Amino acid sequence: MATLAPGGPGSPSEPGQGTPTAMPGGGVWPTGGLPEGGFSGVRSLRRMRRAITSNGKATVGTGLLALFCLVAIFPGVIAHDNPSAEIYGRALGPSGQHLLGTTAFGQDIFAQVIYGTRPVILIAFGVGLSATVIAMLIGVAAAYLGGAWDGVLSLITDVLLVIPAFPLLIVIASYLHGASTAVLIAVVTAVSWSYTARQLRAQALSLRNRDFLEAARVRGERSLYIILVEIIPTMTSLLMASFLTNALYAVLFSSGLQFIGLGNPNTVSWGTMLYWAENNEAFQTGQALWIIVPGLCIVALGAGFALLNYAFDEIGNPALRPVKSMRRKRVLPR
Amino acid sequence: MSSPGNEVGGAVTAAQTADAVLTVRDLAVEYLLEGGTVRAVDGVSFDLSPGEFLGVVGESGCGKSTLLFAIAQLLVAPAEITGGSVVFRGQSMVGLTDRQLAAIRWKDLSVVMQSAMNALNPVKTIAAQFKDAMRAHGMTSKQEVADRSAEVLRMVGIDPVHLKSYPHQLSGGMRQRSMIAMALLLTPELVIMDEPTSALDVVAQRSLMVQIKELQEQLGFAVIFVTHDMSLVSHFSDRLMVMYAGRVDEFGPTRQVFDSPLHPYTIGLMEAFPSIRGPRVPLTGIPGSPPNLASPPPGCRFAPRCPKVMTRCREETPELYHVNGTLVRCFLQAGEGDGEQ
Amino acid sequence: MTAEMPDARGGPGVTDRDSTMLLRTEGLTRHFRIGNTLSRGILHAVDDVSLAIGERQIVALAGESGSGKSTVARLLAKLYRPTSGEIYFQGKPLSAIRSRKDVLRYRGEVPMVFQDPFASINPVFRVSHGVMRSLKLHRPELSPHERRAEAERVFEAVGLAPAAEVLQRFPHELSGGQRQRVGFAQALALRPKLILADEPVSMLDVSIRIGLLNLMAKLRDEQGVSILYITHDIASARYVADRLIIMYAARIAEQGPTKEVLARPKHPYTQLLLSAVPDPRAPLNIGSETDRGEPPRVINPVPGCRFRWRCPLAIDECQTVTPELSELGPDHEAACHVARSGAEVRAFG
Repeated sequence: MATLAPGGPGSPSEPGQGTPTAMPGGGVWPTGGLPEGGFSGVRSLRRMRRAITSNGKATVGTGLLALFCLVAIFPGVIAHDNPSAEIYGRALGPSGQHLLGTTAFGQDIFAQVIYGTRPVILIAFGVGLSATVIAMLIGVAAAYLGGAWDGVLSLITDVLLVIPAFPLLIVIASYLHGASTAVLIAVVTAVSWSYTARQLRAQALSLRNRDFLEAARVRGERSLYIILVEIIPTMTSLLMASFLTNALYAVLFSSGLQFIGLGNPNTVSWGTMLYWAENNEAFQTGQALWIIVPGLCIVALGAGFALLNYAFDEIGNPALRPVKSMRRKRVLPR
Repeated sequence: MSSPGNEVGGAVTAAQTADAVLTVRDLAVEYLLEGGTVRAVDGVSFDLSPGEFLGVVGESGCGKSTLLFAIAQLLVAPAEITGGSVVFRGQSMVGLTDRQLAAIRWKDLSVVMQSAMNALNPVKTIAAQFKDAMRAHGMTSKQEVADRSAEVLRMVGIDPVHLKSYPHQLSGGMRQRSMIAMALLLTPELVIMDEPTSALDVVAQRSLMVQIKELQEQLGFAVIFVTHDMSLVSHFSDRLMVMYAGRVDEFGPTRQVFDSPLHPYTIGLMEAFPSIRGPRVPLTGIPGSPPNLASPPPGCRFAPRCPKVMTRCREETPELYHVNGTLVRCFLQAGEGDGEQ
Repeated sequence: MTAEMPDARGGPGVTDRDSTMLLRTEGLTRHFRIGNTLSRGILHAVDDVSLAIGERQIVALAGESGSGKSTVARLLAKLYRPTSGEIYFQGKPLSAIRSRKDVLRYRGEVPMVFQDPFASINPVFRVSHGVMRSLKLHRPELSPHERRAEAERVFEAVGLAPAAEVLQRFPHELSGGQRQRVGFAQALALRPKLILADEPVSMLDVSIRIGLLNLMAKLRDEQGVSILYITHDIASARYVADRLIIMYAARIAEQGPTKEVLARPKHPYTQLLLSAVPDPRAPLNIGSETDRGEPPRVINPVPGCRFRWRCPLAIDECQTVTPELSELGPDHEAACHVARSGAEVRAFG
């Protein structure tokens, strides 16, 4: 936040000074979770809400994400048919009873799409969270501890980084024969964390010599405490970005795996829908909706994550915001 | 907010406005931020004579750097000049296109930044950077470029053998000197300096200041020197301009401002410097902090911190009053001096 | 005219050799290996520094960049281990302080205040975070309620009032001067014997500095705390310090009571420093020998005085023998062959 005075409030210790006015606040993030740190949850939630509504990308992204989450949590409210039941007429077009038609097996496509949302959301959040947490622990520890620790941790990170993700995924998943959601989460996490670990290590390295970390050390804090409480909370924007990125790639990777048949084809998910639709040549046989709709959903969810990612970049770093042009006052030379 | 028809800094010296290298009138610069506009520079006016050394002094947030950037037309959004004029050698600077500015920059007006490490290209030798600057202004002869490069380096006291060095191979003082040498390549008429010595230690600082003054007397260019350290310019500047919260609070011949400061802020500032010589007396500094420019106090901006504040100060904004050749923005001078111009 | 400030503590009677000094170093040395496999080098950050800090004393450690003053502070704060030499705190050597409990106790008695008000406080937490953590670590006998009261007490003591309100602020809501006060409050909460202040005012506006300097003097007088004040600004050292130590190129050039060193500087470097300090009240006298040099980075040094290239008085001995500190006045030492020989040293200014 551009400020021009070193600090808005006059020194409160001056006699006769009224309650000083607060400066316009900086970042958006909920700060410090410790009782010592003091954290006003309500206040920062309010700030976050304001930040989201004021930024177009954030609003759209949040909207998309919220929509899919709701669908994932309450599928039964929206779709009344059983997605797996092959009881309807086959390959029917869209109609009043079947909003998107039916599959070649007689399943209701709309129900499938709705019920198929939950596994995708679970994978997205599951991978997003676990990849970020692993990357955070390894990357930041490597940066802060340095020396031999850094050497070992970085070696592990680099090895995983160099191996192409998707082929590795294919190898692992095919070995596991029909991966369930939990397995998919584990596998995609294992393949994704290394990239983020590298990024987080780089940022932690730049923070390592900041005075407030030395101050914590001089205070007598232990290294683990410094890593968890002093360093990581200052990296929240990068952590958020890595969560969103990993979630996005999780959606794409897992759907991709399911599409080529390495998921569990008996579960209902967008990726498996694509698999079955492709196997039954949905396009060619006039059941285009069967393949298009799950694809669009993947795109929409991915877009939601990506938009939020850009939006948080802008919120966290005012320099990236689009610069509003001022109403130019005509300046007449004298 | 100063009203039109305000005082003119040029009245303070014998120079005529027509001869002035730089004429600034009622310059206003605003930052357009989400919370509202902030007026970083609020109605600054002065004339600069050829070969004059003007010191602009103030603490952080007073607007001196913004003023400098505005004069050099280096402001970036969200900062913008929203009022007043800047006339350099008879030509208005505001509203010039980039190409027109490029022709003036470095040839007639050059800028020395605060930190050479930030301003010099770390992957190019000094010679290459000098060459770039000269090439951009049409000096293409290899011999000419080489000769001039060596010449300016000698002028600032650096052995020309360092032309082949990269910035990181030079010491801090040498880097700053090369920045100044670069600024003088095309013998400009005006050199603007933004705290060029603040990154240096006290000994290097002193020798650099001496060097700048010598060069100025030798080559005759005008200097606007922005700093937060009054004592640094005390021996070198012809006139001194003290800024506070975007406005000029005191402006006059350096010696006069130092020997008899009139504005309570200037007085407070001077007394905040512990002295090396003379009796050791307890000092108090200036209590409080500069105002938040997003919502400045009404009336005189120094009123909340002023030890001599009167009721009038909180209600009206004082004009610059002319007192014995110095301009002072303080109601205490309203009765004493010549009054408003 | 305001009355002159009372004269410094640190006159005769408080000698360096006194083993009941609060903190004493002997031959303190710290080297760093730099360079890569192709060009190794040993950077001498601190060489053979023997200094002493007494109780209720402000000692200024002054020098330009690269002089080693910040490294000395970090050695005293136990952030680095000395390459050689020893530090004695209350008579006990620091190298004997090993266990976590002992180290923690030392850190509570010798805390540090940092230079950059914008980087030395974690921006993510309220300003109460640091001081509350300090109290929790070092004074565990206090209940949370008592900790809070203590935090408020130290904030008031450094001039941040109303304390309860300021404690709830975030760092970006405070000015630079206020943040530095928070740094002092954090140190004060530990009930320290010695505060290591690493250039605490150099990044503050001039009009704010005096407030912090006055605070330091107040802490010495009212709380009985000693302070090691590291600075490059001799004028502020004069204002607040009882003793003055001048460092050059990793070694001590001169040390003694502030008034004495400034009135009768024995080392040519001290004279150079004094002549370079801008003083608007004094007329400018620029000799043609305006020194253009800068302090060297001491890498793989050879014996001899490290100031010899800039010294107009250098004699043969200066080229080959590194001068040691020798007493040239009442409790006033300088490391200069020319000064020791009794000759009048008037090099600069």
